[in-house]
Parts: sequence; structure tokens; C-alpha cells
Amino acid sequence: MSEIQSFNQSEKYETFSYLPQMTADQVRKQVEYMISKGWNPAIEHSEPENAFGSFWYMWKLPMFGEQSVDTVLAEVEACKNEHPDHLVRVIGYDNFAQCQGTSFVVHRGE
Amino acid sequence: MAVKTYSAGVKDYRQTYWTPEYTPRDTDILACFKVTPQPGVDREEAAAAVAAESSTGTWTTVWTDLLTDLDHYKGRAYHIEDVPGDDECFYAFIAYPIDLFEEGSVVNVFTSLVGNVFGFKAVRALRLEDVRFPIAYVMTCGGPPHGIQVERDIMNKYGRPLLGCTIKPKLGLSAKNYGRAVYECLRGGLDFTKDDENVNSQPFMRWRQRFDFVMEAISKAEMETGERKGHYLNVTAPTPEEMYKRAEYAKEIGAPIIMHDYITGGFCANTGLANWCRENGMLLHIHRAMHAVMDRHPRHGIHFRVLAKILRLSGGDHLHTGTVVGKLEGDRAATMGWIDLLRESYIKEDRSRGIFFDQDWGSMPGVFAVASGGIHVWHMPALVTIFGDDSVLQFGGGTLGHPWGNAAGASANRVALEACVQARNEGRELEKEGKDILTAAAQHSPELKIAMETWKEIKFEFDTVDKLDVQHR
Repeated sequence: MSEIQSFNQSEKYETFSYLPQMTADQVRKQVEYMISKGWNPAIEHSEPENAFGSFWYMWKLPMFGEQSVDTVLAEVEACKNEHPDHLVRVIGYDNFAQCQGTSFVVHRGE
Repeated sequence: MAVKTYSAGVKDYRQTYWTPEYTPRDTDILACFKVTPQPGVDREEAAAAVAAESSTGTWTTVWTDLLTDLDHYKGRAYHIEDVPGDDECFYAFIAYPIDLFEEGSVVNVFTSLVGNVFGFKAVRALRLEDVRFPIAYVMTCGGPPHGIQVERDIMNKYGRPLLGCTIKPKLGLSAKNYGRAVYECLRGGLDFTKDDENVNSQPFMRWRQRFDFVMEAISKAEMETGERKGHYLNVTAPTPEEMYKRAEYAKEIGAPIIMHDYITGGFCANTGLANWCRENGMLLHIHRAMHAVMDRHPRHGIHFRVLAKILRLSGGDHLHTGTVVGKLEGDRAATMGWIDLLRESYIKEDRSRGIFFDQDWGSMPGVFAVASGGIHVWHMPALVTIFGDDSVLQFGGGTLGHPWGNAAGASANRVALEACVQARNEGRELEKEGKDILTAAAQHSPELKIAMETWKEIKFEFDTVDKLDVQHR
């Protein structure tokens, strides 16, 4: 029994939340992927205690047609700076599937 | 106009049902059969016989034929083709006018197409390879209760395949112990757990207690992880009345998804349940017990791509499709063909994937492909590559067999999945670099590390029995 470990679950945030928080470079690659798929980047944030619901606060509007990864990352930074204790997620809206192509939390709060 | 008169007796089928000059209409239902005729029966006669026996014909002329316009209603064999690599069989293409079938009824369509004709003496064996449903017919069917996008929104899962697990042992657990197994899987990181198909309402665990304990497990895991969870509550039952009773109760306690076996339960029950699910906002997972009885033999039966189309029309939000890499049968190219038939809105004819017709689904929602059976973390890179995001990957033994238990097993699978998706998005080749990707991910996950050590050597490399027909000479 000694080598068996107990599993302690913790609060998670759906896609990629079972991996360590991404580095800036890793986030950049995911945003590049999103743009290469033709999806529209968007940013949302929420108090951790309200994160279970479908709707978080929108950070401005989705960045329709945005091709610059730097612009998207700058908005992520701005959102983080204004709401350091919030969760921040990046979404890629796929307007053909009429669904989010992806969504993942890039800032797990402080 | 030619006048028809009655003359009793037996005519060759080909006189009426072999029409090589016919151009199929956009509204026809088209079928491709692989025919193995009896010795001495030529191809045209065998093809015509199949067309006749699966539509308006009977073995002899009857006077009442003349009370209708058989030319309007008859099925027509319009094309014959060699089967690559098998000289004893040939493909017969048959067109059926849409008027032959009741709207919205796969029951009715298949009672004709695969009815008496499969026992017909002039053919030694017969296999329905593919069916083209015209958009006019597709639009009369309900289809999936919700479809892929709606389920993603309901369950809040984006940008990755979903993760599931069938609870084992499949028979014999008490309801409370069963609920424990569910809770452990869900808290560890799975999105769904699943009733085994054999679990209905046996004496060792009646359905109502199972539903109650499972629902408690879901709620607790959701609260603790902050993620949305579900368990496919199997409502497959001896009678439709009992099936609906169980479905109603699942809804009453707030379960997000139920499950049905569409072949053993029957297409009629399945279509009714799918309609109920649409009306009641309940997701529907579909299992396919008995499919291999029909789809495994290369010369006789119904190909799974047809069974998959039946399900999309009848209705279901998930369907088991085989894994390609696990313990169950499934050729890779053929599997990718029927996965597309489940998920895409327009699929082009592509013989290299076994697709005989263009298929237009119009606005009918797509179905999640479910890969389940004999898979574990080492298969993850291949599974993500083959199935893509719109799939549910289900690790039964690969979760519950973890040396530290279900929660650790679930977590190992979730870490492996997310690492593969992340790497894929970064442009890395999963099937080549899989080992490096998983090894790196295991640095942060002792659960994954142990899982990788446990299942290192297990592979399932038997040759496929039902392969695509390709030239071997």
C-alpha cells in the first residue's frame, strides 16, 4: 500500500486546466493555432466563485478577423492587469460551426 | 402510351428491374449491395432480383400489378461494378423512388431494403454496403436530439475531445458501490462515465437506486472540480413504457444525459426516445450492441457505415464507432469514412474510405464519434489524431485499472489528452512524437507516469477481418 498515493482533486477550469499554467510562449502558440483555424479570438474573465456559469464578463468585444497574435496577447495582459484576482480565458469563436472552437483559461487568478 | 395487358406466369426479373439506361433522380434513395450470386445466375438477373425483392416485386406476376403504375414505384438496378479483389461478388446499385417509403421512418426504409431479400435463394450472400439518403428524405427525420455544438455549449467543453469511461465490473456492483466508482472517475477529471450496455435493471442493482447514487456522484464531483459532468444512464428497457419511465426519472433528478442501445432496443424505440430527448433537453448517448453480427462479415449483412447513417437519421448525440487502435475490429480508412458520415454536413463519394455516394445531410446536426474499448494512455496520440476534437474517448480498463484507483486513472487520461491537444495545436506530429509528449507531461503528473508504466507493453495487433475491398492482384 505504501506506494499508492491518494488523489486530491482541486478546482479546475475545463480545457488545459490539468496541465501546469501555460507560459507566455505556450499561450502564444495556442493563439496562433486559433487564428490559423480562422476563429475569432475573444477574452472573458470572471470571479473564481462565479466561474461555473456559462457567462463570464466579456473583455471588450470579440476581436473579429484579428490576425495579430500580439494584439490578442496585449488584450489578455490588459484584462489581467485590470482584474488580477479574476480568471481570464481566451476563446476562439468558430462562426461556421456557430460554436466556440476552443476556450481555455490563461490566467488562474492570484 | 403503351398498353399493358395481364399475362400470368414467371418473368425474368431483368425484364422489369434491370434498367442500365436509368439516371437516378435527386430524390431517389440509392443503395449499393455487394451481391454473391448462386452459381448459374448471371449478374444482371441477380441485381434485378435484389431490386425487385427489396421493392415492389414478388416471384410471379399478379393481376393487381396492373392496378398501379409499377414503373413509378419499382426499385431499379441501374449499375453493376466489379468488387476489387473478389471475383465471386459484384456491386449492384439500386435506385428506389422516394414514394416507396414513409417519411421519417428508418424502420420502414430498412424493412424494405434489408427485408426478405437477404434470405432470397438466388443470392448466396448479400451485403448492403452504403445507402444515399436524398436531402428530401433526410429532412423528414428528426436526427440527433441536440448535436455536437449544442452539447458542447451545455457541457462547457471546447477545443478538445471529451473523456469518458465505462464503469466496471460491468455486472454485479451494488448501486452505492457503483456510484462510488462514478464519483472517483469524475472527480479525477473525466467528463462522462457510462453504464455498461449490459446494465439495465437487474436484481443486483435496480435502475432507480443506480440513478440516485450516480446523480449524487455527479453533483459532488461538479461541486468539487468546478467542471460539468455527466453519466450515461442506460434507459434501454424491456418495453417502451419502461424506457420512458426511466428517462422521465433521469430528467426529474437533473441528469444531463441518458443512453440507449439502438439495435437491440430497436429503431422504433430509438427514434421515439430521440424525439423525447429533443423535447426534454436530454442528451442521448447511443451504444451499438449487436452491430458486429450484421457488419463484420465482408460478404453478408449490413456495413457499419449504413448502421451509422441509420442512427444519425433516427437520432442520437453520441455513437460508438470503434477505436481503430483498441481491442475491437475497425479498419482505419473505413472508420474515418463513417466518422465523417456522422459528423459532417456534406460527404463526398470516396471509395478509398468505402463511401459509395455523396451524402448531403443539410442542416441535420452531427453526432459525436465515441471511441471505446481496450484503449489506454499510450493510444492517446493516435486517438487524438484519428478522431479529432468532436469525439468522446472512453477508457474503461484504462481508467479503472490504474494502480492507484479510478481518480488517479482519470487524471492520467485527462493530462495525457490535454498534453496531446496542446502539442497538436503547436503543430507537432502526435503519432511520431507521442512518446516524448506523454513523457514530458508525466513530469507534472505522477498519475500519468504510473499509467504509462502499467500499460507499456499492451497492444492489440490482430489483422482486421472486414477490410475495404481493394485489388490484391
